Amino acid sequence: MNPIVQIDNLVVEYVSKERGEEVKRAVNGLSLSIGEGEVFGFLGPNGAGKTTTMKVLLGFLPPTGGSAALFGTDVRKPIARQRIGYLPELTYYYKFLTTEELLRFYARLFKIPKDETERRIDSILKLVELEDARKKQIKTYSKGMQQRAGLAQALINSPDLLILDEPTSGLDPIGRMKVREIIQRLKDEGKTVLFSSHELGEVETVCDRVGILHRGELKEHGAVADLVKKHNTHLEQIFLNVVGFTPASEAPTETEIRKEAQS
Amino acid sequence: MNGEAIRAMAALVIRELIRRKDFYVLFILTAVITLSFGAVNFFGEGNLVRYLKEICLTLIWLSSIVIAVMTAARQIPEELERKTILPLLAKPVTRTDVVLGKFLGSWFSSGAALLVFYVFFAVVSASKEAHFEFVGWFQALAMHWFMLGILTSMTLLGSLVFAAVSSNATIMLVSTAFILGILRHLNTVALNQPEPIQTLLYVAYYSIPHLEFYDMRGLVVHSHPPIGWGVMALAMLYAAGYTAFFLVGACQAFKRKPVG
Repeated sequence: MNPIVQIDNLVVEYVSKERGEEVKRAVNGLSLSIGEGEVFGFLGPNGAGKTTTMKVLLGFLPPTGGSAALFGTDVRKPIARQRIGYLPELTYYYKFLTTEELLRFYARLFKIPKDETERRIDSILKLVELEDARKKQIKTYSKGMQQRAGLAQALINSPDLLILDEPTSGLDPIGRMKVREIIQRLKDEGKTVLFSSHELGEVETVCDRVGILHRGELKEHGAVADLVKKHNTHLEQIFLNVVGFTPASEAPTETEIRKEAQS
Repeated sequence: MNGEAIRAMAALVIRELIRRKDFYVLFILTAVITLSFGAVNFFGEGNLVRYLKEICLTLIWLSSIVIAVMTAARQIPEELERKTILPLLAKPVTRTDVVLGKFLGSWFSSGAALLVFYVFFAVVSASKEAHFEFVGWFQALAMHWFMLGILTSMTLLGSLVFAAVSSNATIMLVSTAFILGILRHLNTVALNQPEPIQTLLYVAYYSIPHLEFYDMRGLVVHSHPPIGWGVMALAMLYAAGYTAFFLVGACQAFKRKPVG
């Protein structure tokens, strides 16, 4: 399988503006390869480095070390983004536009011919179930509808790779289910999808492979079934073990901590 | 550079101006004030038309500056705040494309608003006077629009340097008033100063963009003959130079700005 996403020993460091803190390493030696037609789920607690990795792939952040390529092209070249669709987390699209105007705008950025644009708008709006609201301004949309409009803009160039940053974040159960269904349909169409999520059930349902990121390092990755077999427990427990979470009931009491410190 | 992307972004800015209320409010205000003054003869029969034209053009100047500054000031900060910059830059679009698209959109939309104001001015003038100086009117409009080009590019640069839209807009409006009202006389002040203050004042005088070059209100109000086309071309080149300078600055500032 040809790697669509190829990340080798990626390091991303921020220079912290806070006094006393010099350099913060957000991603530490991450290597990853995602093949054509795969749905890859990025898991990790907040601050694990998921969004930072996506930002490097999208060319928003330069890597401090290592390399990242999309379709074999260095992510720092704008042409690497010609075949990708990106849905950021919680974006408020141009509220004075209708969805079809929004899609026409994004289509122009890809120089898609007008006839083709209209054809794609019809099919995408059908896919994201916004056909009835296509002539309404985005400011009148619910959060779920806005997220589906976002998903529509990510699909306008008929991308081969979709990068979705927490696509179901902030949505109600029905909204989440609809987005999940769309990802499932894209998977059936053979699209490569890389998405981050906190919803482990969703990841388990949709993904071919998952990667668990913690403190900038890829701690575990593989097919969900293989991970479950390897650790002999369900995905949620694997995740909690990897990030070192101890349930409150099993955590040492204050007295135990003091005793430990004294001894 | 992606020309189609630049045009698409410019069209987006124009569409936004059409759907916002700012322009309509300022236009109605200008029209109401001008027509109210036109209905009452405050200044005596002979001077009425001249004062009316002066009031109308001053209101147009104020409104156009406010529209240009407010439109340009919010473009990139709003993209950053709403995070629409992320899906935008995830497309095959560079940051230079974004700056150029936002500049052209802001400049053309304030130009379109300016045209509406000037057409209103022409209608008011023609209804009060037997003749209408088209060439003078056209030159005033074109020069005014080029002045807005300098202002728009300067504000775009400001929007990438100053933290908030409101602070940038205030700084730009105060700077414009300062250039038009005080700094234009800096060379006269320099004449009576000892060295090195004199040199410093001259450097400052020749460094600032002289927006007053584009103020042709006097020519239109007093129906003076039009200026030479060569002079006008030079003034436009001067405006293009400053606009390019500010745009290069804006592109560099945006390249260094973290997004997301």
